[in-house]
Amino acid sequence: MDFQFTEEQLMIQQAARDYAQRELIKDILERDEGAIYPTEHVKNLAELGFMGMLVSEKWDGGGMDTVSYVLAIEEISKIDSSAAVIMSVNNSLVCYGLEKFGTDAQREEYLRPLARGEKIGAFLLSEPEAGSDATKQRTTAIDKGDYYLLNGTKNWITNGNTASTYIVIAHTHPEKGHRGINVFIVDRHAEGISVGPHENKMGMRSSDTHSVMFTDVKVPKENRIGEDGFGFKFAMKTLEGGRIGIASQALGIASGALELAIKYAKERKAFGTEIINHQAIAFKLSDMAVKVENARNLCLKAAWLKDQGQPYGTASAMAKQYAADIAMEVTTEAVQIHGGYGYVKEYHVERLMREAKLTQIYEGTSEVQKIIVSRSLMK
Amino acid sequence: MKILVCLSNVPDTTTKIKLSGDKSAVDMTGVQWVINPWDELALTRALDLKEKSGGKIEKITVITVGESYTEPTIRKALAVGADDAVRINMMPTDDYEVASNIAAYLKDNPYEIVLSGIESSDYNGSAVGGMLAEFLKVPSVSSVSFLDIEGEEPILKREIPGGTETVKVPVPFVAIVQKGIALDPRIPAMRGIMMARKKPLTVVEPTGESAKSTFIEFGMPQPKAKVKMIDPENAGELITLLHEEAKII
Repeated sequence: MDFQFTEEQLMIQQAARDYAQRELIKDILERDEGAIYPTEHVKNLAELGFMGMLVSEKWDGGGMDTVSYVLAIEEISKIDSSAAVIMSVNNSLVCYGLEKFGTDAQREEYLRPLARGEKIGAFLLSEPEAGSDATKQRTTAIDKGDYYLLNGTKNWITNGNTASTYIVIAHTHPEKGHRGINVFIVDRHAEGISVGPHENKMGMRSSDTHSVMFTDVKVPKENRIGEDGFGFKFAMKTLEGGRIGIASQALGIASGALELAIKYAKERKAFGTEIINHQAIAFKLSDMAVKVENARNLCLKAAWLKDQGQPYGTASAMAKQYAADIAMEVTTEAVQIHGGYGYVKEYHVERLMREAKLTQIYEGTSEVQKIIVSRSLMK
Repeated sequence: MKILVCLSNVPDTTTKIKLSGDKSAVDMTGVQWVINPWDELALTRALDLKEKSGGKIEKITVITVGESYTEPTIRKALAVGADDAVRINMMPTDDYEVASNIAAYLKDNPYEIVLSGIESSDYNGSAVGGMLAEFLKVPSVSSVSFLDIEGEEPILKREIPGGTETVKVPVPFVAIVQKGIALDPRIPAMRGIMMARKKPLTVVEPTGESAKSTFIEFGMPQPKAKVKMIDPENAGELITLLHEEAKII
């Protein structure tokens, strides 16, 4: 048992913290208010290597382990979970699947620029009528000999407009159920693709979320990833890792809110003393700290299992469900501790509270995580 | 041309200072170490200069006098772009010992430009750079807030009361740099972090002189006195307090 981080892991944590506290914070309020995509920050994070940090060096990635990834996402999410989700989707949902299941030709053409962060990717699974029940895909990709013909609509796509590369899940043989699902690499600028308007979200407003429509889009045969019918397994495997990213994001939102609440409670006075000296506040902070520490341990455990090559699907589901749920609780209490100040934007905690809510919903709702965990208990 | 940047390994600026039981030392347990902020800015400027020099500046070396616990901060310097590093393996006691040992190393390993932060954020001695120049018998320029190289010629600007002085100085020299020399310190990129392990970090044994001073005792500053609020109606109490407690009237 070793709870020590390596020198490299600590250096990455510090690098992420420095970038977040020094740069992301500068314009976060304007980007949140105006729902402005962080173009410059994504470029800078790519130059620092964060956009492809989990990809091996062979394919131009950072070659970092998943523990470092948790540490980095936590630090970035303390300030800006929009930047964190852009980074998480690119790393865990797009690059991971391409590196793990793609061919060398696919990796050469698509993975390299994504790992360098020169291009950004998006993962297209959710549909208007297929969210938690991902087997009910209505998007179809019909085999036409030389190519697949793609038709359908995808919803809630992070990086939907900014991405250059789409990873699209679609039915090739609807009669076969989930065994008839495939996954394709699709060029965002291919003919027949139209992107819906920017979703006006409650939180994470600086990330671009769109619906994407495919009308008779021709997808070259060589752009299918894996064997015929591999798509559903691909999606599930990819989401297992993606959950670690979103769990760490939820952790960062919670720990960021906790840090702000502690700072405020040490400064704000009421009834003749700093409010941290009132047990009502001190105990709240204590409860929040225990929850954050638990979430951190769950995230790191899932990451560690993944790095060790051990099964981590249940661990990442536990981390995602717990971290997301406590992010909601901790941010709500952080607003409470701030009182009226917590309800205005300048103090950041109301934004963290809005952002926490999404972590309970996307990349598998808290309820879906409970399905995964409970099924592992039935085995 | 080669540039040497002297790095001091200091506690993170948010560290809560504690003293050892007998007050003979600062208790460094659990301290997070960082590069001294002024040295970090010196390194940032050195790296900027190297990048725009078109190969004229061939190498940036960082040097630290300290035991092995200083290596993580040295490797951070390598991760942001320093080419190699030297650690003089000793626990220095004072500025004299630090400067003397760096000078001793430089005797056989000369550099054209040596940069040192104006002070370190732990003991704030502000002495190493000046002493180093004396040991090396080379010019030193203090309070440098700008450094550039035009052709072969280094141009320095230093802050003086009421203005700025522009200085030309032949190499080799020591520049003691302050805020303004660079904007923000660099954040290491993944690639740099991975490469840092592969870059040379040479450990040498000390060959300079020993310390000339010893610490007798450390003391903590007096905590700020509590503010007393006096009702404006009660001016008499204010006068009494100023007279009897503050003893200023």
